[in-house]
Amino acid sequence: MTEKHEPVASLIGQRIPKQDAPEKVNGRARYVHDINLPGQLVGKILRSGRLHARILAIDVAAARALPGVHAVITAADVPTQTIGVTRDNPPLKGDKVRCERDEIAAVAAETEELADAALALITVEYEDLPLLLDVAAAREAEAPLIHDDKPGNIALQFDYEHGDVVKGEAESDVVIEDRFGLHYVTHACMGVSGVIADFDDITGNLTLYSNTQVPFLHKREFAEVLELDPNRIRIIQPTIGGGFGSKLDIYPFEPICVYLARAAGRPVKLVFSRAEEFLASPTRQPARVLLRSGCRNDGRLTFRKVDMLLDNGGYTSWGATTPMVMMQTFSSLYRVPHCLYHSTAAYTNNPYAGSFRGYGNLQATFAVEAHMDKLADAIGMDPLEFRLLNAQEAGEVSGQGMHFRSCGFKDCLRTAADRSDYLARRQQNIEQRSTGPVQRGVGMASMLHVGGGAKIYPSDGCGTILKLDDFGHVTILTGASEIGQGSETVLSQLVCEELGLPLTSVTVVNNDTDITPWDVGVHASRTTFIAGNAAVGAARLAKEKILKAAAAATGQPMQELDLRGGGIVQRQDGSTLMTLDKLLRSMHFQDKADLVITSYYYEPPSVHQDDQHKGDVSAAYAWACQVVEVEVDSDTGVVRLLKCTAAHDVGRVINRLGIEGQIEGGIVMGQGYALSEDLAIRDGHCLNPGFRDYKLITAPEVPELDLSFIETMDGEGPRGAKGVGEAPAICVAAAVANAIENATGVRIYQLPFTPENVYRALRAAAHDPPV
Amino acid sequence: MPLFHEIGFVLNGSPIRLSVPVTMTVLEMLRGPLNLTGTKYGCGEGECGACTVLVDGLSLNACILLAVECDGREITSIEGLAADPAAAGLRRAFVEAGAVQCGFCTPGMVVQGKYLLDTRTGTDRAAIARGLEGNLCRCTGYRKVVDAIERAMGSTEGAGGD
Repeated sequence: MTEKHEPVASLIGQRIPKQDAPEKVNGRARYVHDINLPGQLVGKILRSGRLHARILAIDVAAARALPGVHAVITAADVPTQTIGVTRDNPPLKGDKVRCERDEIAAVAAETEELADAALALITVEYEDLPLLLDVAAAREAEAPLIHDDKPGNIALQFDYEHGDVVKGEAESDVVIEDRFGLHYVTHACMGVSGVIADFDDITGNLTLYSNTQVPFLHKREFAEVLELDPNRIRIIQPTIGGGFGSKLDIYPFEPICVYLARAAGRPVKLVFSRAEEFLASPTRQPARVLLRSGCRNDGRLTFRKVDMLLDNGGYTSWGATTPMVMMQTFSSLYRVPHCLYHSTAAYTNNPYAGSFRGYGNLQATFAVEAHMDKLADAIGMDPLEFRLLNAQEAGEVSGQGMHFRSCGFKDCLRTAADRSDYLARRQQNIEQRSTGPVQRGVGMASMLHVGGGAKIYPSDGCGTILKLDDFGHVTILTGASEIGQGSETVLSQLVCEELGLPLTSVTVVNNDTDITPWDVGVHASRTTFIAGNAAVGAARLAKEKILKAAAAATGQPMQELDLRGGGIVQRQDGSTLMTLDKLLRSMHFQDKADLVITSYYYEPPSVHQDDQHKGDVSAAYAWACQVVEVEVDSDTGVVRLLKCTAAHDVGRVINRLGIEGQIEGGIVMGQGYALSEDLAIRDGHCLNPGFRDYKLITAPEVPELDLSFIETMDGEGPRGAKGVGEAPAICVAAAVANAIENATGVRIYQLPFTPENVYRALRAAAHDPPV
Repeated sequence: MPLFHEIGFVLNGSPIRLSVPVTMTVLEMLRGPLNLTGTKYGCGEGECGACTVLVDGLSLNACILLAVECDGREITSIEGLAADPAAAGLRRAFVEAGAVQCGFCTPGMVVQGKYLLDTRTGTDRAAIARGLEGNLCRCTGYRKVVDAIERAMGSTEGAGGD
C-alpha cells in the first residue's frame, strides 16, 4: 500500500495570504459595529467638555422621563470602583472632572436619536477649578492638584542607572546636551471603538462583544470594576478594526456600557462617532526629553543621562509606563558604559496617553539617534562607522541585563547603508546644500525592541489546544488575539509544518474566553513568538501521539515514521504508509477510543525586571536600521519622504507576505508620526477631532520601500522567528530628523515635521523671520 | 417624526422600493433597514472612504449621500461585488497580494478598486495610488493595495472581461 509522494515544500517563509482575507474582501467579516442582538439598545455618553471643575449637581430627571429611554446613569448609580493602570479613573465622574473627555452620565435608549435627545436633557452644574495645562507647571509648588491624593501631581516616576555618569562624563572628549519635544498623536484605528454588553439578570452572566487586545486580563479587571464574579464574564472578540495598542487598557466606555445593560435589563451597544474616537481615545505619550551624551575621540560612547517629563493628563493609562521601554533604548541599543535615566509623569488637565505601537520607543529613539549623528559629527566620524563601533552584538548582556542571544544589528546597519548608498549620498547632499530651495537629505536611525515577549505580568505565556478530527482537520484553539496582524495565518503555518498538512486543513479559533486557553494579549510584538511557540509545542505533542499510534498500526518503529502531505510516511524515502485521516479514525473507533487533542502552554525563559529595572525581560530582541531619503522645500517647509530602506532582524521570516505588510504598514505609520499627524491639543482641548484636520498618510504619499530581512534564526523563536509588529514604526521619525539635517544643515528637535513647523525652524536657524 | 419619502432604485442588480427618512444617508440605509453591513462607517464626513459605493458607476461616499438622492439610480455595494464574477479577479487579487490586514477599510478599497478598473483612468502605480487617495488605511501602508489593483488590471478576469 505504499505510494511515492513528491517532496512537500516547507510552508515557512512562503507568501501565504491571510486566512481571514476572503471574508474581509467580501464584506462578510462582522465587526462589533455589524453585530446586533435582539432587544439591543443604543448607549451614549455625556462628556464634560470642561477641563477641571467640581461637579455640583447632575439632573437626569427629564432624560429619564423621555419615552424610549431605558436607563440613565451617573456615578451615583454605579459601583465606586476605578479603572486604569493606577486605578485613578472612575468610569463615571461623580465629584470632579479632570479633562475634556470626562464621562458624566450615560443613557440607553431605543434609537440613536432618542439617546442624543436624552443626553441633551441632562443638566450639570459645575464649579470651575484652576486649570493646569502645562506639564512643567504641574511640578511647581503652587500648582493646583488634579488628584487630591497625588501630591506634586506625580502620577508615576521611573529611575534607572548603570555605571556612573559622572565618571562617564569625565572620560568624555565630547559632551552634548539637547531638549527634544514629542507631540500628541493617536491610533486612529479605522474601526471606531465599540462594545456590546449583554447581561442576563437571571443567571448573572455577562457576555461582552469587545475589541480588547487583552481578553483574559480584561476579564479580571472587569470583574473588579463591575463587582462581578469573573466566572460570570465571557468576552467574545468580533473581528477587530485595528488595535495598535489602543485596546490594551480598559477605558470608561466599557464598564459604562455594562452598567447601562444592567440598569436597562437589555443588551446595550455603545459605539463611538469618529469625533468621539479622537476626543476620548488614548494618545501616544507626549514627552519632553533632556538628553546629555558623550563619547571619546576614538568613537566610543561614554555616557548617557536622560531626564524626561511626561504629560500624564487627567488619569493614568499605559502611556505613563512607557519609560519601561524608553529606558531600554537609552541603556541598551548601543553599548554605553554609564547611563542614568529619570522620568516623571505628571498630572495635568490634558488628554491621557495609552499604549501605542512602539510603546515609548519612537520617542526615545528620536532623541538617541539624533545624538548618534551629532556625536559622530563632533568627532569627525561618519555616522555609520560610529554606530557600528558602538552597536551591540550577539552574546552581549547590556547594562540593563538584556541578553542578546541572537543579534543582527550590525548586519542591519550595513545592509540598510549599502542598499541606500547612504554614505555617498550623505556626502553629496552636504556638498549640494545651498544650490536651491529644494534639497535632498538622507538619514539613518536604528532601533532595539523586545522580540520574544515582555515579562510584565506574572506570566508572559500563551496556551494552545489542538483538536484533530476524524477527517484530518485541525482546529487550533489559541489564546492569541487577532487584530489584523495575521497571527491566525502564522499559527496555521507553524502547526501545518509540524503535522505535514496543507493550510486548507486548519481552522483557528481565537476570540472567545469561554473556549480559548489563557494568554496575556496582543502587545509587545509577542504573538508570533509566544503564541507561535505554544502552537508548535501543541503540534509536537499531537505528532508524537499520532506517530505512536501509527507505529502500532504499521508495525514500524516510530522513529522511522513522519507526517507529510496529509499522510504517515517513511522518514527515509517519504513513501506514504497510510493517510492521516484514516489513522485518526482508527484511533477514534478502536475499543480504547482516543481522540487526538493536545494542549501546551508556552512560558518564555525571560525574567521580570528587578526593582532597579534590570533583567532579561524578553526571550529575544529585534533590531533594525532604516535609512530614509527626503526632499525638503525650504520655501514652504514641506518635507517629502521619498524612500525608506529598511533592514530588520526578524529572526526568520515565517510568512513573507504578512511580514512585508507589517513592515510596510509600520513604516507608513512612522511616516505619519514624523510628517503629518498632529493631534492639536490647545489649552486642553482637541482642535482637530476628524480626518479632515488630522492627517493620516494617504496612498500617493507612500515612499519607495526597500525591505531586507536579516534572518538570525533565534534559538528560542518558533522556527527561529522573532517579533516584529512594533519595530518598523520606531525609527522612521528619528531617521527623517537626521535626513532633514543632512538636507538643510538644520537640526529640528520638535516633532512633527509639518510644513509650518519646518518652515519656522528653518527660518529661525537662518535668523530670518517668517515671511 | 422625520419626513419620509419613498424611493426606488436598483441595489446590487435587484430593484428595491423603500420608504426612508429624508435625512437618512445611503450608509445608514444600507447598514440599517437593508442589513448590508459590508459598507463601513469610518468617519461620517466623506474623508476616509470606508463607505465607498458605486452609484451609476461613480464611486461615492455613502456617508454623505442622502438616500433620497438615489431614487431611480443604481447602487452597487461590496455585497454586490462579492456576488459579481466580473469582480472575482479583483477580490482574489486583494487576498493574494496581502492587501488586507484588519480589513475595516477593505470593502471601500475593493469598491474603489472596481471603479478604477472600470474607468481605467490610469494603470500605472502612481495613477492607482492617486485613485486611492480618498481611502484611508491604518494597517497596510497601501503598497499591497496598489499591488492588488495593479494585479487585477493585468488580468482579464479582474478587468471585467468575463
